[in-house]
Amino acid sequence: MPKLPAPPVPQALKGPPPRPGEENGKQTPLDHAAEAGITVVDWVDERTSLTGAARWLMFRKVPKGTNWFYTLGSATLFAFLSQAVTGVFLAMYYRPDPSGGAYESIRYVTNDVFLGQFVRGMHKWGASVMVILVFLHMGRTFFFGAYKYPRELNWVIGVVLLILTLVMGFTGYLLPFDQRAYWATIVGVNINGTGPLIGPYLSDFLRGGSEFGATTLSRFYAIHMLLVPGAIIALIGAHLYLVTKLGTTAPPWQKADQAEALREEEI
Amino acid sequence: MVGSANAAGAIATGAIVLPALGFAVGPIFKSTPVRWEAVGPEAMFSQENYIPVILTLNPTIGEAGKTTVYVRKFNPALDTDPYDKGTPYIAITSRCAHLGCPVRWVDAAERFICPCHGGVYDLLGRPVGGPPVRPLDRFYTRVNTAGDVELGPRFSVNSQLRRFSPRDPGEPLDGIGQYLYPSRPGAQKL
Repeated sequence: MPKLPAPPVPQALKGPPPRPGEENGKQTPLDHAAEAGITVVDWVDERTSLTGAARWLMFRKVPKGTNWFYTLGSATLFAFLSQAVTGVFLAMYYRPDPSGGAYESIRYVTNDVFLGQFVRGMHKWGASVMVILVFLHMGRTFFFGAYKYPRELNWVIGVVLLILTLVMGFTGYLLPFDQRAYWATIVGVNINGTGPLIGPYLSDFLRGGSEFGATTLSRFYAIHMLLVPGAIIALIGAHLYLVTKLGTTAPPWQKADQAEALREEEI
Repeated sequence: MVGSANAAGAIATGAIVLPALGFAVGPIFKSTPVRWEAVGPEAMFSQENYIPVILTLNPTIGEAGKTTVYVRKFNPALDTDPYDKGTPYIAITSRCAHLGCPVRWVDAAERFICPCHGGVYDLLGRPVGGPPVRPLDRFYTRVNTAGDVELGPRFSVNSQLRRFSPRDPGEPLDGIGQYLYPSRPGAQKL
């Protein structure tokens, strides 16, 4: 709310202004601490204008009728962050070594590391949770008509994010390197290969050669750990920017508020 | 100044793009070395039935690089197609031509059967049921001077058992299929 201008009182009637910090008597250590915090924030804000950006991002108007379905995007973001954090811890133990080391390192995480089984379980089940949440979020957007003008580009980015999430699931499935992982990847790569003309090249790209070999696992590892997470983070940034810029939509059953007189006129 | 800045920019861009390009398209041009591996003495195999043998496709990745191959002696009564003339042994891969699951030879039914999606093949590896789009791939065979049967590179066949350079599972080779699914530049047919 804009601040109203001070009333035009003559200078002589106003008396001297209070000295800084003396409005409420003596300063306590708490006041000093608060002032130090304000000083730090001011120092950063003067050089970056970050508080404006934070206000733009956090304090937005939302339409009437906004409900729990609107939190599915945030839930998906949380699932991704959870995957990122647990993934970092798994990466501390994982070895992309196809001649037994990969399986052994997963076995070590599962059986020997303190809470390793729990963190691996979070990553494994969280992957499914993330895919499910992405689809629910997509369904909400579709059924609420939130993909329409001017939000088409956000829908496109969201579809790319959906595909990247599935790529994460596909590449991550190979990493335990047990029988299930191996054969699922053979089948998955060959499904890619059934695309006409470019299919054979696509499966060569995925395997890193004509046969499943030593480089296949490290390729999947690099795609799973570096390539796709980077792309997902960048696209989530674009997705959130557009959400903030364009705002959210009201649910389709929400009627616009109308003045009684106008409604009379329309009848 | 502008010219040299542009040149420096081009070099920097190349330094990023070239490795990325190598990552993406390099594997297509990678050729696999021709390996011949002895799988057993001639006396091990018969004309009537398949004997499963273990073949190493890739020696660098341990157990994952091995595959099962079904080997049978050439039988003039069965192998009547013109393309197998002079082949000492018929070696049929266990990799399903649908999506690459491992098929097994079921003696009682005289069929190769795939557990994943129900592909069924006859004695010569030709599909007789389920989703497979072409017969099972085969391996070149020869007999070395010590009397052992050796298996060489893999090749694919169409429904007439005509030979093609190795294709991946799921890629048909009859009619327009051989053009829709081209062989990779590095692959060779012996």
